[in-house]
Amino acid sequence: MSWLRLAPIVTVLVMIGPVGAGLLATIGPAFGIMPGLSDAPAGLAVWRRLFDMPGLGQGVALAAWTGFAATALAFVIAVLFCAAWHGTATFDRLMRGLSPLLSVPHVTVAFGLAFLIAPSGWLVRALTGFERPPDWLTVHDPLGLGLIGTLIAKELPFLLLMTLAALNQVPAQRYHAMARTLGYGRMLAWLHGVLPLLYPQLRLPVFAVLAYSLSVVDVALVIGPTLPPTLAVQLTRWFADPDLSLRLVAAAGAVLQVAVVVAGIGAWLVLERVVGLLARRLRGAGWRGRQDAVARGLALAPALAALTLTGLGLATMALWSLATSWRFPALLPQDWSLRAWDKVGTAALGPTVALALAASTVAALLVLGCLEHEAAADRKPRRAVLWLLYVPLLVPQIGFLFGLQVLLVWLGADGGWPAVLWSHLVFVLPYVFLALAEPYRAWDSRYGRTARCLGAGPARVWLRVKLPMLLRPVLVAAAIGVAVSVAQYLPTLFAGAGRFATLTTEAVTLSAGGDRRVIGAYAVMQMLVPLAGFALALGLPAWLYRDRRGLRVGR
Amino acid sequence: MTAPLILRAACLRLAGKVLLGPLDLTVEPGQVVTLMGPSGSGKSSLLSWLCGTLAREFEAEGRVLLGERDLTDLPPERRRLGILFQDDLLFPHLSVAENLGFALPARAGDRSPRIAAALAEADLAGFEARDPATLSGGQRARVAALRVLLAEPSALLLDEPFAKLDAELREQFRRFVIDHAQAAGLPVLLVTHDPADARAAGGPVLRLGQP
Repeated sequence: MSWLRLAPIVTVLVMIGPVGAGLLATIGPAFGIMPGLSDAPAGLAVWRRLFDMPGLGQGVALAAWTGFAATALAFVIAVLFCAAWHGTATFDRLMRGLSPLLSVPHVTVAFGLAFLIAPSGWLVRALTGFERPPDWLTVHDPLGLGLIGTLIAKELPFLLLMTLAALNQVPAQRYHAMARTLGYGRMLAWLHGVLPLLYPQLRLPVFAVLAYSLSVVDVALVIGPTLPPTLAVQLTRWFADPDLSLRLVAAAGAVLQVAVVVAGIGAWLVLERVVGLLARRLRGAGWRGRQDAVARGLALAPALAALTLTGLGLATMALWSLATSWRFPALLPQDWSLRAWDKVGTAALGPTVALALAASTVAALLVLGCLEHEAAADRKPRRAVLWLLYVPLLVPQIGFLFGLQVLLVWLGADGGWPAVLWSHLVFVLPYVFLALAEPYRAWDSRYGRTARCLGAGPARVWLRVKLPMLLRPVLVAAAIGVAVSVAQYLPTLFAGAGRFATLTTEAVTLSAGGDRRVIGAYAVMQMLVPLAGFALALGLPAWLYRDRRGLRVGR
Repeated sequence: MTAPLILRAACLRLAGKVLLGPLDLTVEPGQVVTLMGPSGSGKSSLLSWLCGTLAREFEAEGRVLLGERDLTDLPPERRRLGILFQDDLLFPHLSVAENLGFALPARAGDRSPRIAAALAEADLAGFEARDPATLSGGQRARVAALRVLLAEPSALLLDEPFAKLDAELREQFRRFVIDHAQAAGLPVLLVTHDPADARAAGGPVLRLGQP
């Protein structure tokens, strides 16, 4: 099947093309080169104006602080939790609680936590005796603590899942047991004996989290600082400003944002070295850390808190969507109605679902093509492929989406379905690939050989044997694609030229207005669409293969 | 329609090193030739090469013929060499009957009666709708053997298919496979560790990889 050879090429073009072209088309305007804006100042004038913008320095500092702190804390919490609890029932239980959060869009978690920590929010109602909401700045706090908290809550499940995947690749249990028989406490045995083996595989996911956290827009709009906001939020405003010359400044700012991410990754690499050296000295000292009961408890607390607070936040949101009036300081609404739900309607739901289904279907087909090509050519997966997959996750969205929009306008394709679909594919493809690659590669190829020897051609083997056996992982990967598509804010905004309304763009737009009932309803919908996808992805194979014990999970 | 299975100057290399061969061998219809040798001597790889599924890191030379017909450059599905592995590899998403139906050639008429007859003859009457995962080891082995035979192969390759069964089952199943292959007049090439397998097969024994 020679067309299979096209799959990797098409996939790379679809995924990396917009990022590369968009970056170039952002750098041009940043130096005053922009077709259509003839009186643009050339050279470094744009940059001088950028650095004169009020709040820029603070925006950069805020981005660096919130992004780095969120990533470092999420990573430390994930690692300590694994060290203390991996292999226990507690670990499995908490993972079961955290995994569904993976499919909830970032911005939905931000809404939930904002509802929870607001001065009139549920936490203040439950924990204080105030008669009126206190005059506290908790949601858009100037230090970005709410933003950091949201990012930790949302990235923790992702990092834990990546750690679990890495744990499957190394004989972790044996190394852990070995270190413990040498007298090390549970946690230290894991940190010394297992983590160094895992870390090389965790580096890319951590970088993705770091790049995302340093440049996130939607979450920062909902819960981040406002006076001034982080760099990426400032840039989004300038890009949308009626004053067209401000776009050039924003383009320069986007280049600066890319530089911030590069510097962030550089700083992480330095920190990684330092921590590695310290760990080596600690190992050299031979300290065993046998008394780690308290430490284990402390390692559990943040993970548990992240799960509890996020769960409470999402529940509060659901309650708001059903409330007519919910006066302070009542713990539950006084009157209930479905009125807010009328406003959600089908206007945004239809396009959201259609877009998500289209993006994840196209992505799943391309990824299947890539993986089958790899299998048919009997090729080993290469490290370079992994790096390619991470390109869209490492380049900040704001860094290339403006350039992409310029190109789309130039092609006359902005605001259309294909443009928005493509912009989603850039982010859906990597996740679908990462989700499907392992089960696809792990498929026992002897089934295929047996089928061939029974007289079935390659196409029949794939359709009748391989695909049916891999139905569940394929559908799960597609469901992850749906979740990723539903969560996209900035790509929809830019490629859709602001005219394309999805649940996420509507919800973020509404967040400025502050009608909690409608925001709550939108946020619940944002949660329900991915969850429906996962329910289908898990339920359909379970029903189809209800009488096939050999395909049951965890056999 | 049965013809001898012929290997001409078959030679397998791994990373430039000769693993096996050169080997000339003719297996007559109804005859069982046993290949014995230590692990790593290339026995299983030889069978993979014969049925056209050899992994790419191997290099192979020589020809495979069935009578006059040269199979060497054919894809696996057109060689019609049936193979049984140590694991039964019944497709987990298909029922017993669907597994057997997968093997029946498309031109075969009376599909369900043929499947039913085959099952009955293996003491598995009425097992059509069963999930392979609910069968015992011996039953699974027999279904796997039926599946190979229903594909109407021109020769049978056995890659230690008896190794995982316990002693009693092993003997029954060995009899079952060899009797059926001989009844169909198939040339059989058996790879095994177990001298008892070789004795039961009753044909010539070839020892590989001995210094």
